[in-house]
Amino acid sequence: MRLTVPAIAAAFVMTGWVGAHAAEVAPGDVQIEDMAVEASLTGTPGNPEEGAKTFANRSLGNCLACHAVEALAKEQFHGNVAPPLDGVADRWSQAELRAIVVDAKKVFSDESMMPGFYSLDVGKNVREDLVGKTILTAQQVEDVVAFLTTLKE
Amino acid sequence: MKRYSLMAGAAFCLAVTGMAIWTAAADPVDETLEIDGVPMTTRAPAPEGHPFDEVLSGWLFREAETRATQEDTFENPGMIAVEEGAEIWNTVEGSAGKSCASCHDDAAVSMKDVGAHYPKWDADSGKPLNVELRIDKCRVENMGAEAYKFDQPEQKALTAFIKHQSLGTPVELDLSEGDMQTWWDRGKETYYTRTGQLNMACATCHEGAMGHYIRADHLSQGQVNGFPTYRFNTGGLVSLHNRFRGCIRDTRAEFPAAFSDELMALEVYVTWRGTGLSVETPAVRQ
Ligand code: HEC
Ligand code: HEC
Repeated sequence: MRLTVPAIAAAFVMTGWVGAHAAEVAPGDVQIEDMAVEASLTGTPGNPEEGAKTFANRSLGNCLACHAVEALAKEQFHGNVAPPLDGVADRWSQAELRAIVVDAKKVFSDESMMPGFYSLDVGKNVREDLVGKTILTAQQVEDVVAFLTTLKE
Repeated sequence: MKRYSLMAGAAFCLAVTGMAIWTAAADPVDETLEIDGVPMTTRAPAPEGHPFDEVLSGWLFREAETRATQEDTFENPGMIAVEEGAEIWNTVEGSAGKSCASCHDDAAVSMKDVGAHYPKWDADSGKPLNVELRIDKCRVENMGAEAYKFDQPEQKALTAFIKHQSLGTPVELDLSEGDMQTWWDRGKETYYTRTGQLNMACATCHEGAMGHYIRADHLSQGQVNGFPTYRFNTGGLVSLHNRFRGCIRDTRAEFPAAFSDELMALEVYVTWRGTGLSVETPAVRQ
């Protein structure tokens, strides 16, 4: 974790956070700058094992729908719609990986097929019970990012 | 053309990070389909204005076993429903004391190739009708019977029976009738509009990622020429509007009602995208 005090403070300011709850950056307040999100979304370090589960789980990340990854070879059916993620941490920094998971369309292009996992910039007619909700929670994003940073070759 | 968004993204990555170009693909099979010895057109040159050069039947994207089941009408479990449809064709229902056969006689003659040209313009309602809605119109206006409920087994069986009379005939719509072109335009807009929390359009999967695996599913062009299809997975016929709704639901969106204007426009447009492919009803899917 490269969490700096100013970054946490900034996160607090962005969300207007004052209470005793976790310091979560709201989806609309995440700043993607230079294809990166420097600050943790929660201030709590991500857990790579949890991240791997979220990554594979069909109702959470379901990242395997599109990406193959050797580290999860035991899971069935890896898609090939998108690049394999082996060695992805050699290609992107932690802050860049966070930005990709938060909103790939802001990092690659608006044409990207990859959903924004912590974004409210979504399609039309969102299912009623999901309106205003992100695909992953802030902590799940941190967990997935922690898992991605283990993918080195 | 294919995979344009992937390649655009990949090229961008390459520029930024120098990552290796990624080129995994899973192409459709290079095989030909005959059903009971009758050759099917599973690859056809795309009509003008189509995003692809060639339109491809969903059959080319299925596993060997699924493909083989469709080649033999005795093996194809969807044929049971087609036979049920044949019975319904001859069954009297409604206050007028008529069956479909009372007016149309032998479907092998009167319905031959008809299904290959639906949806068709209906001047009375000022809308396109698909086979299901055409059946309902006959039931209500000519038989004094009630319209079927969406996906009622009889609706699927009779639709499959009628479409099956066009087995092998290339799909072709007449867009010059009535306002068909306006509905085509509207359907096209829907096809490219991203929906739901996952923020995806039909084109995202069936154009941009066609030929790739999305988890265990081999993405086809999403053609309609085999509908209603038989699915092993659910052990029965799947109607086209059920499939449309399923795909929209998978983007985590609310989905429109079956036969709503929105889905009828989509049917017109997506049917056009498969111009030239043989009708394969009932196609077999896993
Ligand atoms: C529906 C498809 C899809 C899903 C689901 C998806 N991605 Fe992606 N992802 C892509 C595509 C496509 C690209 C390539 C860039 C582009 O074209 O947009 C990409 C690129 C990436 C990259 C950069 C890869 C590299 O080698 O440079 C990372 C990291 C990534 N995705 C992580 C994830 C994670 C983590 C998840 C799940 C939480 C996920 N993706 C879910 C489609 C998807
Ligand atoms: C998230 C990905 C995704 C999206 C978005 C999507 N589909 Fe599909 N669709 C699939 C998958 C997976 C299948 C099953 C495999 C196949 O035939 O491609 C399928 C199958 C189909 C089929 C059946 C094809 C056959 O030969 O049996 C049709 C028709 C279809 N889709 C139309 C559409 C339309 C129209 C839309 C938009 C309203 C749409 N799809 C959106 C993933 C998607």
